[in-house]
Amino acid sequence: MLPACLLIDLLLDPELCREFGLRDWETVIRQARVSAMQVRLATRLRETDLYDSVPDGPKRHLQAALTLRDRQRVAVRWEVEHLALMMASVDVPLVLLKGAAYEMADLPPGRCRVFTDFDLLVPREALHRVEVAAMTHGWTAGYQNAYDQRYYRQWMHELPPMRHITRGSVIDIHHNLVPDTARLQPDPELLLAASVACAGRTNVRVLSPPDMILHSAVHLFHDGEFDQGLRDLFDLQDMIEHFIATEDDWRVLVARSEALNLERPLYYTLRYLQHRPGIAVPDEVTARLQRLAPAIPVSLMDGMFERGLLPDHESCSDRWSVLARLALYVRGHALRMPSYLLLPHLLRKALRSMHLINDA
Amino acid sequence: MLLRELAPRDIRTRLLDEGLALKTGPFVFCVRTPIRRLTALLATLYADTPLASDADFVDFHVRVRLSRGPRRLYRAQSEFDLDGVVPFKPLAGQQALAMLEWGMNWCICNHSHHLLILHGAVLERNGGAMILPAPSGSGKSTLCAGMMHRGWRLLSDELILIDPVRGRAHPLCRPVSLKNQSISLIREFAPEAVMTAPIADTAKGNVAHLRPSAQSVARAAESVPIRWAVFPRFTPGSKTRLAAVPRADSFMALVDNAFNYSLLAERGFDTLADVVEGLDGYQLVYGDMEHAITTLNQRADARFS
Repeated sequence: MLPACLLIDLLLDPELCREFGLRDWETVIRQARVSAMQVRLATRLRETDLYDSVPDGPKRHLQAALTLRDRQRVAVRWEVEHLALMMASVDVPLVLLKGAAYEMADLPPGRCRVFTDFDLLVPREALHRVEVAAMTHGWTAGYQNAYDQRYYRQWMHELPPMRHITRGSVIDIHHNLVPDTARLQPDPELLLAASVACAGRTNVRVLSPPDMILHSAVHLFHDGEFDQGLRDLFDLQDMIEHFIATEDDWRVLVARSEALNLERPLYYTLRYLQHRPGIAVPDEVTARLQRLAPAIPVSLMDGMFERGLLPDHESCSDRWSVLARLALYVRGHALRMPSYLLLPHLLRKALRSMHLINDA
Repeated sequence: MLLRELAPRDIRTRLLDEGLALKTGPFVFCVRTPIRRLTALLATLYADTPLASDADFVDFHVRVRLSRGPRRLYRAQSEFDLDGVVPFKPLAGQQALAMLEWGMNWCICNHSHHLLILHGAVLERNGGAMILPAPSGSGKSTLCAGMMHRGWRLLSDELILIDPVRGRAHPLCRPVSLKNQSISLIREFAPEAVMTAPIADTAKGNVAHLRPSAQSVARAAESVPIRWAVFPRFTPGSKTRLAAVPRADSFMALVDNAFNYSLLAERGFDTLADVVEGLDGYQLVYGDMEHAITTLNQRADARFS
């Protein structure tokens, strides 16, 4: 039995809130806050004309989240202008990923996101040029210690995060969607070649619709960080509902996942989207992806993922939740790098978190 | 029901179990902690604070505890969390109270954008609020504590909360934190002041917390129009000088001390512009707190004489 989660119930059926008492509101606000879903909750209630009926106490929190979102949307667009200038200086196309892409391409998840950093995808051969351009435009490397630098540069699919010296914006410059050491290896050239310009812009690009879905899927199901799992799952629901309408769209998506070696993340995405938000996936698609079911019993995976996809909050956890999150963390890392690299890395992180070594 | 009406044993039980829900101005905090020492400290500092009832919405469920892991064995640290999320690095174990107060301020600053929030103190006299916008280390908390013990009603020592709709200041009425020499200074200035024993070795030096006056806490639901902005500067040996500040300068000084001004964008500007329109701004330089407060009293009483 999976723990109940009032936030998910409410997002799937907003009318429920008509029956809510203040304790219920406390629970959903708390669950939404820890899972970065306050903006989505507020947006959902607005779109279903229920926002005005929210009592003042919880409404103040939703209003605060919407205020932050409105401001960030303006800030993102302003920052993207700076990024476009920076990329133009080295004549490399600006291809945005995730949050900034949703915003610039006016996609549905953009209305629900609180923003953290800017993710860019650049050709590997241009990596050095782009890094130098970023530095001359004011972004500096955040991680100064030699181990972190080596960790990123040798094994990861991105440069160490860079922070702008005056505006404070953080950029992650990627050359692929997954680390070089990961088992899945999508070809970034294919992604870049299929990227599309944002409406009315020639200098700002995003991934093609299927690629964007697949990237979000690989980020959710093949990465060590599962803290924002629920948010990412709802983003995926938004994008699939937005982009995938016909049987043909489904066929293109599945074919693309095969071309990019990303069928497994797509399998998981569709599995859990059918479980909770309950989107309809054609039988043909399910059948075609079925061969990608993991070797270990899928019910075990369900128990792990479905707990990881709940808000990390005491009100919706059970005795398996901690173990599930730990297993997801280890799994995410194991998918990122082989064990002979992973074990020393995790040991080092553990010692550092206990302040037993100091290489910060 | 006020916290002082609850038996210490019951306070302890709540802190350990379902949480102690305190109503501080417009916010309700539900506090949990296993740290035994905190029970007495909270019972003293929040004695006059009302407990939330079932009809109140709890804004923040917070907790302070000793951090786990091997670290606990050789140098315990106190860690703050909001719903299990730890927003900043732990402090030394004996600073659990400072950690909690800091964490509560963080909750307000990061999740209350329905208000314009500035860094500074607010006090009331004759139905008007005087705001003392200033960064830490300016002596604002000391002056604020002094004014509270000379009849001013304390609204807040750390956060100026302005309601964008009506432009009024909202009380918070939480303990005033005093540092280093301020502690003995206030003890001499107001022997009746109730404060906690100073804790040494924080990043800021010695810290003690002072209980807000009972009459301040009793009126923590009453918002106040803002009449004066005073930018204080303590200069040892200096005479008291209170000089009017042009509106535009007041505005810019308030922006410098704001937490979420740019986040509120146009609404932040409009709110602040309206507030500055309705207040008189002063630069206060002083070396003697008693004399400075007498001067501020005269200024605050002038329009009523």
